[in-house]
Amino acid sequence: MLNLMPIINGKAVKRADLPVFEFEQFREKLLEISRYGYIVQFFGYEDDNKLFVLAVMRLENQLLAGCARLPESYPSLTIKRPKFNLFERELAEQFGVRPLGHPWLKMIRYQPNWRQRPDVFGNNYKEDIPGRYPYFKVEGEEIHEVAVGPVHAGIIEPGHFRFQCAGERVLHLEISHGYQHRGIERLLIKSAPLRRPFIVENIAGDTAMANSISYSQAIEALGGLTVSPEAMTVRTIALELERLANHVGDLGAMSGDVAFTPPAAFFGRIRGEFLNLLLLLSGNRFGKGLIRPGGTVLPTGKMELAAIKAKINELRPEIDHCIELLLTAHTVLSRFEQCGIVSREAAEGLGLVGPAGRASWQSYDARRDFPVERYADLPPCPWEHPTGDVLARARIRAAEISHSFDCLNILLASGGRTETIIRPETHKLAPSAMVVTINEAWRGELSHCLLTDAEGKIIRYKVKDPSFHNWSGLAMALRDEEISDFPINNKSFNLSYCGMDL
Amino acid sequence: MFKVFKTRFEQGYRTMKYPKEPVVLPPSYRGLPVLHSDCDAEVVNKCAAACPQDCINSKNGSIDLGRCLFCGICERVSDGKFVTFSQNFELGSAQREKLITSTGSLPDLAAHSKKHFKKLFGRSLQLRQVCAGGCNNCEADINVLATPAYDLSRFGISYVASPRHADGIHVTGPVTRNMKSALLAAFEAVPAPRVVIASGACAISGGPFFGSSEVSAGLDSIIPVDLYIPGCPPHPLTTLHALLRFFK
Ligand code: SF4
Repeated sequence: MLNLMPIINGKAVKRADLPVFEFEQFREKLLEISRYGYIVQFFGYEDDNKLFVLAVMRLENQLLAGCARLPESYPSLTIKRPKFNLFERELAEQFGVRPLGHPWLKMIRYQPNWRQRPDVFGNNYKEDIPGRYPYFKVEGEEIHEVAVGPVHAGIIEPGHFRFQCAGERVLHLEISHGYQHRGIERLLIKSAPLRRPFIVENIAGDTAMANSISYSQAIEALGGLTVSPEAMTVRTIALELERLANHVGDLGAMSGDVAFTPPAAFFGRIRGEFLNLLLLLSGNRFGKGLIRPGGTVLPTGKMELAAIKAKINELRPEIDHCIELLLTAHTVLSRFEQCGIVSREAAEGLGLVGPAGRASWQSYDARRDFPVERYADLPPCPWEHPTGDVLARARIRAAEISHSFDCLNILLASGGRTETIIRPETHKLAPSAMVVTINEAWRGELSHCLLTDAEGKIIRYKVKDPSFHNWSGLAMALRDEEISDFPINNKSFNLSYCGMDL
Repeated sequence: MFKVFKTRFEQGYRTMKYPKEPVVLPPSYRGLPVLHSDCDAEVVNKCAAACPQDCINSKNGSIDLGRCLFCGICERVSDGKFVTFSQNFELGSAQREKLITSTGSLPDLAAHSKKHFKKLFGRSLQLRQVCAGGCNNCEADINVLATPAYDLSRFGISYVASPRHADGIHVTGPVTRNMKSALLAAFEAVPAPRVVIASGACAISGGPFFGSSEVSAGLDSIIPVDLYIPGCPPHPLTTLHALLRFFK
C-alpha cells in the first residue's frame, strides 16, 4: 500500500517522487496519521489545469508528504479531526471546492476563489466583508452579544470579535479575519523575483526575521546555495532578538492589562532596546533587509557583536527583576492564575503550536524537533509545569526569554565576521521540485512551502503562520471566562492578524 | 511594594531630551538619502534596475521616498556613487510630489500651507490610529511613542480610542479591499476640521504590496492626505518629528 514520503525540513525533493494517492485513500491515510500527528501544510495547487491537494504531516520528529487529485467536493476531514478545520476552509476559499459535512464552513479571508468557480460560501464579493455570513448566535432572553472591531480601541491590527455572553460570562467567542488580506501568496508568484524577499518580510513585520529565514532556506534549497556558518550565526542571532523583543513586549502588555503599570512601562522600554539591536545589525528596527538567500546582506563584524553582547549583559538582570516583579505580585497572580485555561485535549485536538501550545502540554518545538540554522548546537528550551492558563503562557514567555539570552551568549562567542553579499534574486531554481521549510518563530511553527514547474518557476507559494493554528486556541480560552478577561488572554497569545490574513 | 520601588530605582529616568537636544542614530540606520547628481547615468540605470520598489527614475535621477523601503540596495549597488543614506530621520512632507526628490532634501515641514492646523491643534492633538492592512510594524512603532523613552503625551499629543474624540486619523497600511469601508467609517466619524496622516510606504503608495488587486495604490487615492510620513516603518523619531514640526 502507498505511503506518505518522509521528507526533511529545508531539503528540496523532486515532485515526481511524491506519492500521488487516490483522494479517498489519501483521506484515510491523513485521518490515520492525524490521530497522533499534526498538520504542517495542507493546501491546494493547480498544475496543468488539474487541481491537487498536498499535505505535509508531522509525526513526532518526522515529516511526511504526499498529494492527491482534489475532487470538487469530498467528505470533510474536520468532522473526524478538528485540526483540519481552518485548512479545509482555506482550501474551499482559495479553490472553490466543498468539504461535505464540514461543521462550520466559513470563509477565512473573504476573497473570491482563484478558479472562478461558484462561491462555496454564497458570497458576492462586491459586498463588504463579512458578506452574507451569519455569525454564530446563542439564543435566549438573557443572552447578549458584544461585537468588537475591525477598528479596535488601541493601536493594533483590524479583526472582528463576536462574543455571545450571559451576563459577564462568555459562552462563545467567534473571531473573524480577512481585513488585512493583501493577496500575498499570489503576489509572490506574479511579481518580479527581486521583490519577493521584501514581500516576505512584510507578511508579518513582527515575524520578519522568521519569515525571511524561511523564505531564504527555501530558495537556498531550490537554488543549491550554501550559507556560511558565520551568516547562519547572524541569522540565528537576529531570530532570537526578534523573539526577545516580542516576548518582552507581550509581558509588558499583559502587565498593563491588569493595571500593574510599573513593569508595563519598563518592559515597553526594554523591548525597544532589542529593536535597536536589530537596527544596529540591519539598519531597520525589525531587521528588514538583513537576511537574504545565501546568507545575510550586510556585513556584521566584531563591533556589532560586541555591542550586542554589552547590551544583553546590561539588560539581562533588569529583565530578570522586572519578571520577578510581575510574576510575584499577588494582584497579578490572582488575575493570571486559572484564567483562560486551554485543556490538553483542546490543544491537542486543535494542534496548537509554539509557546501557547507548550503552555497547554504540547511539547512540540521546531528548534528541537527540526533544527536548522544554528539550533542543533544550542541547548533546548526548558519546558516544565504547564497549567494551560494565562500564567502558564506568561511563564513560558519568561522561560524563553532566559533561554534566548543563553543562546545569544553561545552564538556571540562563536560568531565571526560576515561579508556583504549582493546577490540579486536571479537564482536558478530546481525544476519540478518542492521544498518545505519549518522554523520556530516566536509564536511557534512557521512554515513556507514552494513548488516549481518544469522551468523552475514558482507555481505555488504557501505560507502558514503559527497564528493559523492558534487563533482557535484563543477562542477556546475564552469559553466560560469573564468578558473582562479577554484583554489579558488576547495578549497572552498575541496572535498575528496579518500573518493569518496574508 | 518594596520590589516596585527597587525596580523603579534600577530603571531610572529614560525619557529622551529630543527635540531640545539632538539624538544620534547608529550609522547602520538609513534615513534621508543624499543623492549625487553628478553620478554616471549607467550607474543610475543599474540602481533603478535593482530597486525592488521601482522608485528610482533613471531619467532625472530621482527617488520616490513615498515608495522607497529604505533597503539600501541602491547605495550598495552604486557603491555610494548615486546615493548615500544619512542618519537624518527628519523625513515628512505635506505634499505627495515633494517626496520625489533628486537632491535628497525635503521642504521644511513647518512651512506647509495649512497654518491653521497649528492654531487648532498645536496645544492639544488627539489622533485615532487606523490600521488598514500592512505588516503591523507601523503600528508597533507608533505604539512605541507611548513608552517612557518618547513619552508623547508630554507634547499634548495622544492616541484616542474613538474617532469621535479625535482631531484626525493616522492611517497605516495599503488600505486593503476589506478595510476600505471601515476606514472610511472611522474617517467620517471624526468631526471637521480634521487631519489625515498617511504613515509608511504602504499608506503612501501601497508599499511592497503594490500591484496586488487586494490593496489600493495609497491612501490619497481614497481621501485627501495632509501629512505624509515615509519609511518601512517610519522610525518613531521620524513620526515624532513630523507631528511636532507640522502641528507645533
Ligand atoms: S533604498 Fe529605496 S530607492 Fe534604494 S533600492 Fe531600496 S527601495 Fe529602491
